[in-house]
This record gives sequence, structure tokens and C-alpha cells, in this order.
Amino acid sequence: MGLFSIFKSKEKKKEAEKYRIGMEKARSGAFSRLKKLFGSHNEINEELFDELEEIFVMADIGVDTVVKFIDELKNDARVNGIIEAKDLQPIIVDKMFDIYLKGEVVNSNLRFNPNGLSVFLFVGVNGVGKTTTIAKVAYKLKQEGKKVLLAAGDTFRAGAIEQLQVWGERVGCKVVTKPEGSDPSSVIYDAIQIAKKEKYDVLLCDTAGRLQTKVNLMKELEKIKRVISREVEGAPQDTLLVIDATTGQNGLNQAKAFIEATEVSGVVLTKLDGTAKGGIVLAIRDLYNIPIKFVCLGEKVSDIEYFDLEKYIYGLFAEMIDEE
Amino acid sequence: MPFESLSERIQMSLRRVTGRGKLNENDIDEMMKEVRLSLLEADVNYKVVKKFTADVKEKALGEKIIKSLTPGDMVVKVVHDELKSLMGEEAVGVTYRGNGPSIFMLVGLQGAGKTTHCGKLALYLRKKDHKKPLLIAADIYRPAAVNQLHTIGKQLGIEVFDMGTNHKVNDIIKNGLAYAKEKGFDLVIIDTAGRLHIDDNLMNELKSIQDNFHPDEILLTIDAMMGQDAINVITSFNEALSLTGCILTKLDGDTRGGAALSIRYLTNVPIKFIGLGEKLDQLEVFHPDRMAGRILGMGDVVSLIEKATDSVEEEEAMKMAEKIQKGKYDYNDFMKQIKWIKRMGSLKGILSLIPGLGSQLKNIDIDDKQFANLEAIVRSMTAEERKNPELVAKGFSRRERIAKGSGRPYTEVNALTKRFEDMKKQISMLSGMDEEKLAQQMQRGQMPNYQSKPKKGKGKGRGNFRI
Repeated sequence: MGLFSIFKSKEKKKEAEKYRIGMEKARSGAFSRLKKLFGSHNEINEELFDELEEIFVMADIGVDTVVKFIDELKNDARVNGIIEAKDLQPIIVDKMFDIYLKGEVVNSNLRFNPNGLSVFLFVGVNGVGKTTTIAKVAYKLKQEGKKVLLAAGDTFRAGAIEQLQVWGERVGCKVVTKPEGSDPSSVIYDAIQIAKKEKYDVLLCDTAGRLQTKVNLMKELEKIKRVISREVEGAPQDTLLVIDATTGQNGLNQAKAFIEATEVSGVVLTKLDGTAKGGIVLAIRDLYNIPIKFVCLGEKVSDIEYFDLEKYIYGLFAEMIDEE
Repeated sequence: MPFESLSERIQMSLRRVTGRGKLNENDIDEMMKEVRLSLLEADVNYKVVKKFTADVKEKALGEKIIKSLTPGDMVVKVVHDELKSLMGEEAVGVTYRGNGPSIFMLVGLQGAGKTTHCGKLALYLRKKDHKKPLLIAADIYRPAAVNQLHTIGKQLGIEVFDMGTNHKVNDIIKNGLAYAKEKGFDLVIIDTAGRLHIDDNLMNELKSIQDNFHPDEILLTIDAMMGQDAINVITSFNEALSLTGCILTKLDGDTRGGAALSIRYLTNVPIKFIGLGEKLDQLEVFHPDRMAGRILGMGDVVSLIEKATDSVEEEEAMKMAEKIQKGKYDYNDFMKQIKWIKRMGSLKGILSLIPGLGSQLKNIDIDDKQFANLEAIVRSMTAEERKNPELVAKGFSRRERIAKGSGRPYTEVNALTKRFEDMKKQISMLSGMDEEKLAQQMQRGQMPNYQSKPKKGKGKGRGNFRI
């Protein structure tokens, strides 16, 4: 309890500013209704819970998670003898934290290899922004003083290799490529050799966007992973599933399929600067226990942030919290 | 497969009531709960779900159903009809202009599949409406987008017009149109940059294209995997541009594509096409009634037949049938048939259209690679062997050579040749048989196996390729 009041402090608000601005559009729509909802209800009743359910479903949080969430909310209200609607607000925010944290300390940092090269693999379906995300992560790690190499492992989609090359130039990173149609594992193998020889700290690997039911493509991913773990001990240090904030419940299927094929260790949430709420990440964490590592809040290469739960939830509920 | 889990859940709740003699309000409430959850899980807009379940309940409670002999079946019909009316009753086609090249423009969010669908659409309209399309690369922002369109154009043999990325979009289109007129293209498809629907600058760019060139079709490509936010995206694009239609993309995988249900209902923008896979020929016209059938797991035989006739020339098929009857079927014919089937799309996709099979296919992985293996084996045969299958059947060393050449295990080559011979025997028996005998055999439960076999024997016994 009490997380609700964290953001009352000025410093905290300032820290979360990027989220607040980036998620401005996301907040409008469904979540601005929350404020109205509590304005129009004085007492807790079924109707209020129904409307809450609607708001959370519309945020793509996921039906199962929402149903559970509402049940717990009702229970809490009863146990604590809450009658007035406004007293429910802090509980909602706290419950959101509970869904995500589940009583654990969630570490959203990347897992670096302390003795040499760290390999990060990026996976995800078509069109979620994998290639762009890699450029953003490369930029961020470079700023942290890391020497970063990129591997153009998407040899399937037309233009994907060139796209990564352009990004590589923009952020000043070398890109290892092979012609379109090459075996992606061999591109990544080459990249690992170069990375070892030229003493890079980090290798970021792009992969083809694949719809999660394509057997062959999933097998390809398994092979890539085998090659990486053979060449670098303990690698890939992180396998990051890139998910688009606009993704609906299908995101859960995606997460499941990729977890089964490649042991996803983290999620990158992209396009959070649109009107979508990205609630799917809460469901993914709730159902599959995978933490979010990065969020992308804009189109510029610097518009990427390490995921911070407090800031994300502040981003969603800023109006409700500021109102207090 | 689209709507798989959605249809499964609805089917499950419906199964409880189909065939039941009497339904009370409780039964229907229970059922509507399931329907509601499954629709929400399929990312159908919350408001649409509310209205849908209320409407179905009201109709289901109507006198007709309660009194009918099979109320369960009637409920299925109500659900089907409601689904259909939600998605718009009829398929909606595209419009061309009478003089000069028609102009189509594809718009949408980043990553929705615009560039790919420019290619798919061009290919489709070239085939169906005999158009001569030109693609214009007007995405000057995303790195390598122009390149991607060129690659796609090259694959399809469709010309792409571009001016690099240093010109204004309107200039590119103007020059592209002039080029199209000069060279006699009668359709131009413009690939625009992906953008967020809240990005005013880029939205204004689109508006200016609309004002300057008055496209005949402005099609929004929208990702079938989109969640509840889909409706915001469509609404803003529609308000800015007055869309003429949508292309629902990536409707494969496990995508349930609930957006399809919401789009028409909430915005009145028709879905015109659906993109079903990564291959460039996987584009279909959107038929609301068929989709409703698919959602309910009733299969979609019409689409199946259309697919088959699309992929196989009738004359060729007749020739093949004749050959089969005369017992002259050889490996060359076999290869041709594989090609036909492959043209129809993935096997799982084809099988899912067969009524009743959809829900059973859920956990089965059908590996389309099987075909590649079979093809490899046949390709390792000499021309003579292909014409005379018995050569392979009788020659041990031939089979060994073929196994080595194709890189497939010897047993696989054996299995193929064995089945090939068995089938030939059966065919010659059949064609020598009169109709009476044939009927007798059928009654004993032996299906005469003489149709294009490669399709059968897949499904459940995956990997067990029977000829």
C-alpha cells in the first residue's frame, strides 16, 4: 500500500516526465474516463465495477487478467469496508503494481556478460518495429560507453538488411550483413566472430519477423539460438520479444509461442506514443512472468527508456494521481 | 488460421445447446457469457461485444426459437446472422475510373504491412481484373522502404516508380502518374509512409495527396492483431481521409482478428481484402458471410472451390483425369499436382476450409515441407524414370541413387514408389471395373482411391504421406 502516494513528490514527477508526455495520447480515451467515472459515482456498486472492467479491457490488459483484477478489487473493497468510490482509486493503482510485481523484485536491466561479449537476440512478429528498436537500443548502449555491433539476421523480408544498414550509419554502429536469402544463423555466426576479434562489448541480432505459427520459421529461430550459445558461453544473455503497444490479445499467443521456441527473457514495448495503452504487457507479466525491459515512446532514436513500472503506471494514471 | 480460437469457444458453448429440446433464459445467459468472453479475447471492441450479445439474446429469446423443435440450431443461426450483419452483408469490390489510370492509395500505421500489400494488391488486380499496375514508392521516411518495394516489384514482375527520398511526395506522385499515362498503365498503387494517426504533419501530407490527385480508393491497411485501439486508428484515419475501405493484414497465425467484427459496425468502412500470409499471392476478397461461417467453424467450402479453380486450369485438370483413368499417371503428373496444391496456399489453410475440420486441426502442425521432400525425391529421378515409374519400383540401385541424390532417407524413397505403384494398380482395377462392382466395393467401405491423392492422407496422420 502507499505506492499511490509516491508520485505526490515533485522529484518523482519530474523523473517520470518522459513517460507522462510520451503516454499522453495513451492516457486520453479510456483512462481519462476513469476520472469521470469516479466523479460520477459516490458509492461503490456493480455498475462501477462493470465500467472499470470495460476500461481495463479497452486498455488491452487481457480478459483473464482483468476478470481476476476486478474480483480482487471487489474482495479488497469488502474486506476493507470501503463504501466511497474515491477510496477505491489508490487500491486500483496498488493492485496494478501487484499484478506486475507479484511480490517479487523485478529486474528490468539487461543481463550483461561480465567476462566479454554479450549477445542480445531480438524476436517478434512482422511490423512491430524490431529493426528500429535495435537501432534505439544500440544508441542507448553506445551512450553508456559500450562498443556495439549489429547483425542483420532478417534475411527474409525485402529491404530489411538495407533498413538496418541505414540505421547503423545513423547511430554509428557497424552492421554485419549477408545477401538476402542467406541463412540467418550464418550471418549471426560471422558477426560473433567479428565481435570476438574486434573486442565488441555487445552484439545485437535482428531476426525475421515471423508469425508465430510458422513451423519452419520457429525452427530457424531455435537454430540461431543454438549457434549463439555454442559460440558464446551463456549467450544469448537476453532474448527480447518486441511487442507493439497496439497489439491485442494476440500478444499473449505471440508471447507463448516465442517463449516455447526461444525462452524469451524480456519484452520491449514499442509505439507507446500512440493511443494504445500497451496493457498487454501487464497480462504477459501476469500470465507468463516475463518482465518488460524497454519501452519506446517516440520516433526519434533517443526515444527509448528502460522500463520503470512506477513511471509506466504514472503514465497511465497521471491525471487521476495529479488530481488528488 | 483466422478466428480459430474464437470459433472453438463459440462452438463449445453452442454444442451444449445444439440439439437440445428446450432452452430457458438461463441457458442463453450462460451461452452469452461464453460468447462475450471469447469475443473479447478475440479483440472485438468492447462496445460491439455488448451490443452483439444483447442482440443475440433478444432474438434468441424470441418466440420462434423457444418454440422451434431445435432451439439450439436456431441460436447458431441467430449468431451466424448477427455476425454477418456486424461485418456488413455483402462483399464490397474496388472502383476504377473510366478514363486515365485509376489511382489507389494505401495508408496505415507503421508495420501494418502497406508495402507488402501494395505488391499483393497489384498482383491480385492484375490477375483478376487484368489491370496493368504501376507501383509508386512514396514512403520517403522509413529507411529502405523504396528498396523493399523494388524487391517486391521485381518478384512479381511489376514496375515500380521512384525518385529516391529527396523529393516531395506530391512531386513523386505527379511524375509517377505522368509516367503511368505515357507508358499505358491503367492502375497506379501508391505506397505511403506509415504514420501514427495522431501525427498531424504526416496526416496533412496524406490529405494533400488526396486533394491533389483524388484517389479512387484510399485503403487503410490494418493489422489483424491489433487490440482495442484499432477503432481509434480507423476512426482518425477515416475522419481525415474518408477511407473507401480496409485491408485486414496478417490474418494468419493464431490471429483472431476481432477487429474485423468491429470495423464495419463502428465506422461503416467496409473491409475489402484480407491478407492471409507472407507469400505475395495470399490476398483474398473479404466475404462477410463466409467469414461468419469460418468464425463458427462451419467451414468455407465456397472459398475452397474458388481456390481450387483459381489454381488449376480446367483443361489441364481434365487432361490429368484422363491420364489417371488410362493408368498412365507418372511422376511428371505427380509433380504437377503438387504444384497445383501448393498454389492454393498452405495445406493447413486449405484443410481448415473443409466444414468440421477447422477445430480439429488446431493442435496439428502440418509441415508443408513434406512437399519439398517429395519434390526433391522426384527431382532426383532421370527423365526416363519419371515417365516410367516401374523403372524405379523395380530397380533397387535406382532407388538407392535417388535417395542419395535427394538427400532423403532410402525408406522414404521406398515408401513413395511403393505407394505410387499401389495406386496405379488400384486405378487400373477401377477403370476396368463396371459401375456395379464399384458400388459394391464402396458399400464394403473401401473407398476407391483414384482422385488426386496428395491431399488425402494428410490431416491427422501428418508426415504419413499417402499417394
